[in-house]
This record gives sequence, C-alpha cells and structure tokens, in this order.
Amino acid sequence: MEFRDEERVFITGNEVVARAAQAAGAGYLFGYPITPQNEIMHHWRHIASQAGRGFLQTEDELSAGFATLGAVLTGKIAFSATAGPGTILFQEPLSMAEAMRLPLVIIVQQRGGPSTATVIYSQQEVTLTCFGGNGEGLRIVYSTSSHQELYDYTIKAFRNAWKYRFPAIVLGDGYQAKMREELILYDPSSRAGSRIPNEPIIGGEQVVHMQNAFSVEEELGEKLLIDLEDYNRAIPVLVEHEFLGGAGGRLLVVAHGIVGRAARQAVKELQARGDRVNFFRPITLRPFPEEHLVKACQQSGNAVLVAESAEGQLGRLVRLALADQVLTSFRSYYRPGLGITSEEILEEARL
Amino acid sequence: MSELSMPRCYNRESKPHRFCPGCGHGLVLKALGMAIDELDISSRMVFACDIGCSLLAWNFFSVDSLQTHHGRTLPVVVGIKRARPELVTVAYMGDGGGYAIGLQHLVSTALRNDPVTVIVVNNTTYAMTGGQMAPTTLEGQHTKTSPGGRDIEETGAPFKGPESLIGVAPPESYLARGTVANVIRLKKMIRKGLERQLRGDFAFIEALSTCPTNWRTDAAGTWGFLEHEMGAYYQVGEMAAGREPITP
Ligand SMILES: Cc1ncc(C[n+]2csc(CCOP(=O)(O)OP(=O)(O)O)c2C)c(N)n1
Ligand code: SF4
Repeated sequence: MEFRDEERVFITGNEVVARAAQAAGAGYLFGYPITPQNEIMHHWRHIASQAGRGFLQTEDELSAGFATLGAVLTGKIAFSATAGPGTILFQEPLSMAEAMRLPLVIIVQQRGGPSTATVIYSQQEVTLTCFGGNGEGLRIVYSTSSHQELYDYTIKAFRNAWKYRFPAIVLGDGYQAKMREELILYDPSSRAGSRIPNEPIIGGEQVVHMQNAFSVEEELGEKLLIDLEDYNRAIPVLVEHEFLGGAGGRLLVVAHGIVGRAARQAVKELQARGDRVNFFRPITLRPFPEEHLVKACQQSGNAVLVAESAEGQLGRLVRLALADQVLTSFRSYYRPGLGITSEEILEEARL
Repeated sequence: MSELSMPRCYNRESKPHRFCPGCGHGLVLKALGMAIDELDISSRMVFACDIGCSLLAWNFFSVDSLQTHHGRTLPVVVGIKRARPELVTVAYMGDGGGYAIGLQHLVSTALRNDPVTVIVVNNTTYAMTGGQMAPTTLEGQHTKTSPGGRDIEETGAPFKGPESLIGVAPPESYLARGTVANVIRLKKMIRKGLERQLRGDFAFIEALSTCPTNWRTDAAGTWGFLEHEMGAYYQVGEMAAGREPITP
C-alpha cells in the first residue's frame, strides 16, 4: 500500500474514488470519458502505471461494462465509472450482472438530465441506478454525502458486491466529484471484515457453464426466486441510514447524498433553536432502509419533508416506504438539476 | 455423428445438440472443437457465445462457457483476456451480433489487436428472431423485413466482415472467411486463429453457414444457396490484414 495505515489528505472526490479502489485491491478499470467522472480515470491511469494495475479506455460504456464483467469473471476486482447518458448505457451490463450474479462495481457521478443536459450536478440518476434494468433492481446503491463516505463506501461496494454477488453502485454527483475536502485514507486490509472474497468464477479447476438465456418461464422463475431470496435475506445487513433527532419531533426532513449534508446542517440549526425537527438520510437507496424510515417518521409526528435535486425520485422511494403510515403532512422541495443549500431547507422546514 | 468423430472437448451430455436439422452452427462448432483438440487447450479455454442461435452452444463444449448479451460477447472476452492472459478465449456470435449491434466492439478490438479469437457465423439472416434482414443478407434475398428482396439502394450492400477489417487490424492479426461447405479448411482457419491468439494477436474468422429454417430451403436448396449465391459474393480465404492508410 502506498500510504501509511492512515493518511489525512485534502483531495477531490474523483481522486478519492480512485484511491479507494486502489486500497480495496482493484486490479482493473475499464472506462469511457464522461464529465464529471473523468478524473477517476485520470487518477486511476496514474495509479495503474505506478502500482501495476490495469486500465483500458474502451470504445463506449457498453464495452466498459461488459469488459469489467469479463475481468470480474476471472476473479479480478474490477470497476468502472460513469455519469448521465453513460449510466443509461450501463444498464445493459448491470442487467447481466444482476442476472448472472456478477460483482460489477460502478461509480456514478450524477450530472443534469435528461439527455446530455449539464455536466455539472443533479440527483436525477436515482431511479436509473436503483431500478434501471429490465428486472427487479437487485443492486446495492450507496449514496454518499462526504469524501470520507465516498472512500468508505467505494471500498464497501467492492466488498459487498463480491460477498452477496449483486452489482454495487456508489452514487455521487458532480459536486462531490469536483470539490476538495479533507478525509482520512486508510488501508482497509488492516481492518476487520475487510477481505473481499474474489474467487474466480471461470478459469478454475471445475468446468462451468453459465446460462443467461432460458427457454421456459418456470426455469427463469425458479432462478429468480433464489436471487430474490438471497437479496431479501441480505437487506437487513445491507441497509444503512443516518438519523438525527429523537422521539416527539414535529417534522422529519429526508434527503440523501450531498443534499443530505445541507439538510443535516439545517436541522441542526433548527434543533439548536429548540425546534423539534428530525433528520433522516438513507445511505443505501437500494435496498432502501424502509423500516428505519417508518420509525423515524413515527418519531416525527408523521410529518415529512423531502428535499432533493430531482423531481421526486427520492420522494417516490419515501412514499413507498411510508405507504402504510397515516401521514399528517407530506411536503417536498424538489429542485431537478439544481443545487440545494442548507438555508433553503431551513426556510422550508421552519415553522 | 459417430462416437469416433466427436471431438474430445465436446460436452457429451449436451448432445444431440439443439440446432435445427441442416443448420450450419453444428459444423462450425465441430471445426472449433477439432481445433481445440489439436491444440490441446481445452483446460484453458473460455467459450463465450452471443445471443442469437449461437446461444444454443452455451453447453456444447466441456470447457468454461457462458452466454452474454446480443452484440456484447467481444468486450466480455476482452475483459477476461486482459484479466487472465493465459486463458484462451473464443467469442462466438452471429452476423447480427458481430456486424450490426456489436460492430463497434469488433472494430475496436481489431484496432487494439486484442489477443482473442472471434468467430462470426454468417447465415445471411437474424435467425433466432425469425429471419429478418441482417447486414449480410444478399441483394435480392427475401427475409421477413425485406419481403420483396433486399434492395441495396435502400439498405446498402451486404457487409463483408473480414474485408472490412483489412484496413483496421494490424499485420500481425489473422483475418479469414471459411465455410461449412469445407469443414476441414474451416478448422484449419480456426486453428490458425487460436494460434494467433496464443501468440498474442487478434484473430477473426467468419464462417459462411446455413439456416434452412429461415431460408425455407430443402437440403439441395440449402447447399445450393450456400455454395453458389453466398459463395459468389463472399470470397472464402485468408486476407492479409494491413492497416494500410486509406487513400482517396
Ligand atoms: C439488445 C438486444 N436487441 C435485440 C435482441 C433480440 N435478438 C436476439 S437474437 C437477435 C439476432 C440474432 O441474429 P444473429 O446475431 O445474426 O444470430 P443468429 O440467430 O442468426 O445465429 C436479436 C436481434 C436482443 N437479444 N438484445
Ligand atoms: S434457426 Fe437457423 S441458425 Fe437457428 S438453429 Fe435453426 S437453422 Fe440454425
């Protein structure tokens, strides 16, 4: 490992991702340029020559995704990074990863949509990353809100993708990608439970035949039943969230990713003024921490305010999770493709 | 097929195979099987098949095998090969997978001289989806989407795969077109293609093949179409890859 056991640094989010992948032991990045994730590739290219890791700039995102799957099949920890229209193309390899239970890891730095839109920022790729395939969305999606989390959850994405054999996505955004922030890098191999079980899937002793097309419905049905059971069994271990507040609240502010950070700040200020506002931030968007949200909602007078840089993509997940709750109010602060400040959230949340 | 003529690398449990009677796929795979046996590489083989009738080959051999997505077999084997260079990879696909939806991968893989062996089965149609026009459909040929016969004014000329790669692939690579009408020669080409990969270079073999089901031909009609009509347009043989500069 190039750094000591712990190292305090001040770097961009894109560099954080490359350093995290290196620390996790990733051996290959297959990528295609798209802003705002380009510097993940640039930094990785540097790491590749310095530390003997593999890199290929492919002809498109389809190739990047499928080549990553090829590398993963041989037991290599491999990944890719993308954004916007690239995330659309990535749905195809993600679907194959879901179907064949392959630990594909990608980092998505959200940009404005639909289509080419802006290269800057949004939270509009939530639905796509969670449910973009032609299946049931058997994926793990982490939404990070700081550079430390970007580092921690990139490492965790590799570990859990290999452990549970579902594709994993780290969902960042253009702001996180480009801004510099302090964090502590560490060598994950020095921590407990850090081993990534990257055994070869092909190229081992036993001959394997891997099927991805089925001729009868029942054959597929049986296979999906197993995959769904595996996924559902993993949910309690996989779900993660942040909650700030306690019982007797009057409102729950829900936000994820970098907006979660603004929302946390706003809630802290309100709490400091004696206003009983609570804060909930799902860290896993898929699987969604539904039970925890229900509890947080009940502790907050069943009144919810959702803030996000999209038109209700998080809002839909929240509504679904709270479908059985009798809400006293559901308000939204949706700003598709636009940044949200803590002042704006404070304004929305205060009495 | 007699027991004796079955290549050793066949997965006997998957025989008889599931291709239609008179289908060329079985012959292309037999040529591949013989080449694998001759080179004694089955323990290092990874056979990846596309989506199309080629997917039926997923358990054809007793070697590591997988089905991928339509047109995406090539990047998968590129990823495998880059991660584990000692493995020997074959990307097996139809002409739709190779020349339409996946053409960018074919061109880029050839350009990079990735050491993989590509086999494209040219049966002039999209067979699995019910016989639509493919890039390789001949002029005047009737398909479900060219019911009046392929009009090349409207759809362009039938695509010649290996020839198209001559200016793309480097001289060290291998480009050839064989035919199921001559399985022994096809086997020699595939063997050369595997040897080229073992040497570290890209190899591409197109195999002219048959699809009596979608051609709606009897035995004589099938072989007549393969040998005369396809044979007249698609020249069988090896092509010297050059990556020559294209002059106007
Ligand atoms: C992305 C995508 N588009 C379309 C299809 C439907 N599809 C399945 S096989 C096939 C064509 C197969 O033709 P070809 O590649 O020539 O192989 P053949 O069946 O002739 O062997 C198509 C279009 C698909 N599976 N995936
Ligand atoms: S449809 Fe054509 S290509 Fe497919 S198995 Fe039958 S004969 Fe072969």
